[in-house]
Amino acid sequence: MAGHLGDLRLSEAISLLSQTGQIQLDDAAEPDVQLVQRIIDGLCELSSLDALTGLANVRQFRMALDQELDRVSRGGSPMALLMIDADHFKSINDTYGHVTGDIVLQAIAQCLRDNMRPMDTLARYGGEEFAAILPNCLPQHALRAADRFRVRVEAKEIVLPDGQTVHVTVSVGVVGVTAWRDSDAKSLIASADRQLYEAKRAGRNCVVMEPTSATGVSGSEKSALLSANMQAKDE
Amino acid sequence: MSKIGIASPRSAATVSKHSRPGAATIIAVTSGKGGVGKTFVAANLAAALSRSGKKVLLLDADLGLANLDVVFNIHPKITLHDVLTGGATLEDAIIEVTGGISVLPAASGLVEYSRLTGEVQDELSAIIDQLAQRYDYLFLDTGAGISDLVLYSASLAREVLVVATPEPTSLTDAYATIKVLAMMQQRSIFHLLFNQVSKSGEGSRYAAQLGDVANRYLESQTATPIELHHVGDIPEDQSVPDALKKRKLLMHAYPGSPAALAMSKIAKAVSRI
Repeated sequence: MAGHLGDLRLSEAISLLSQTGQIQLDDAAEPDVQLVQRIIDGLCELSSLDALTGLANVRQFRMALDQELDRVSRGGSPMALLMIDADHFKSINDTYGHVTGDIVLQAIAQCLRDNMRPMDTLARYGGEEFAAILPNCLPQHALRAADRFRVRVEAKEIVLPDGQTVHVTVSVGVVGVTAWRDSDAKSLIASADRQLYEAKRAGRNCVVMEPTSATGVSGSEKSALLSANMQAKDE
Repeated sequence: MSKIGIASPRSAATVSKHSRPGAATIIAVTSGKGGVGKTFVAANLAAALSRSGKKVLLLDADLGLANLDVVFNIHPKITLHDVLTGGATLEDAIIEVTGGISVLPAASGLVEYSRLTGEVQDELSAIIDQLAQRYDYLFLDTGAGISDLVLYSASLAREVLVVATPEPTSLTDAYATIKVLAMMQQRSIFHLLFNQVSKSGEGSRYAAQLGDVANRYLESQTATPIELHHVGDIPEDQSVPDALKKRKLLMHAYPGSPAALAMSKIAKAVSRI
């Protein structure tokens, strides 16, 4: 038989949660079970958030993506996955220092969050990369939404504590998911990342979407295809 | 200013739903480019297969710009649209045409199908599941292009038959269709038919070329190598437009014509897939 609730060592959890504002100890008469429940809830919440930006963290993002893909694959409305990366972020860190870098990341997070719907999931994917899940969103709308986020970030004036202003831009990779696609989270993230890479290569501060049409037949593929055609005509 | 673009496709791996329950061999007839003879091929293949005793149904999967009714010279009052919207039963909409072929016609000019919704997907999938129990062959005559509806229809079929002509634009559109289906639905086997071929051997050469290019360029992006099965060619033949003008199937109007004989040969190849 386990011990009593009173035997639990809760002080570390409580101090962690008080520090992050997840819990307030203001009721001395609160029953132990209720306090433990609040601590568990607080820790759960804490373990799903990114410490710097307050956005969902990778763990929470992966859970949300799996859930959303499950919904889409059961004949649900299409969704879109966005990978958003701050351009030349290293030079911001190098020029202004990491404290400013953090402020810029928080400002980008805030700006993106403000421009998304409540149903969208925005996560800090790591470093200066963000990921967004847009449920119930057709591919063509996803492209427009992604460009709107890009424009809003570009227009945002980030004011530093010393009064200086910084401007930053983002590159976005977009992947649309429709019911028949049946893709898994890992390959979708990989694909969105490839589109992001294309956006970076295209000069940054732009949006690139995974092709869902045949626009992807390159010139060299076409000429390879048609070389036989030419030969046949010559004979 | 908007700065958006579509990248060169390097689509991620997907899982396909090609195998479906039921007895029928489901074949999507598609082409990329319009006007290469998709509907002509589907209708006459159906006729050739039904002549050998098979139960065949042709479904007009071009929900917005249907044409199967024109080829068969039928004037449907009830279409797939009525079935999809719950206004009629499947039985009401199926028309038995000459030679024991069944046709499930679609309506023409319905803008609402230019965008594929989840409801239409579910309905269409359920309809095809039902039909698969009752026929030996289901032909899904898709629209031109690679809209969501075309791609979705193809995803419901076990086999995909790509119709092309020796025209450069048709070749590149056929290739684009194969590429998109290979990358987005992980399909690796395609059947290929050339229509309006003027020289014998021309089709085989293009089929080989398409296969070469597909495997050269798509190798790194698809899980399995792409196999193109060339099922045959239909020669240029005046009896084809003549039959269409008479609003009759080539197989019925000119059964001894070179194009009809080629079609019979192709039907034999199709019956083995």
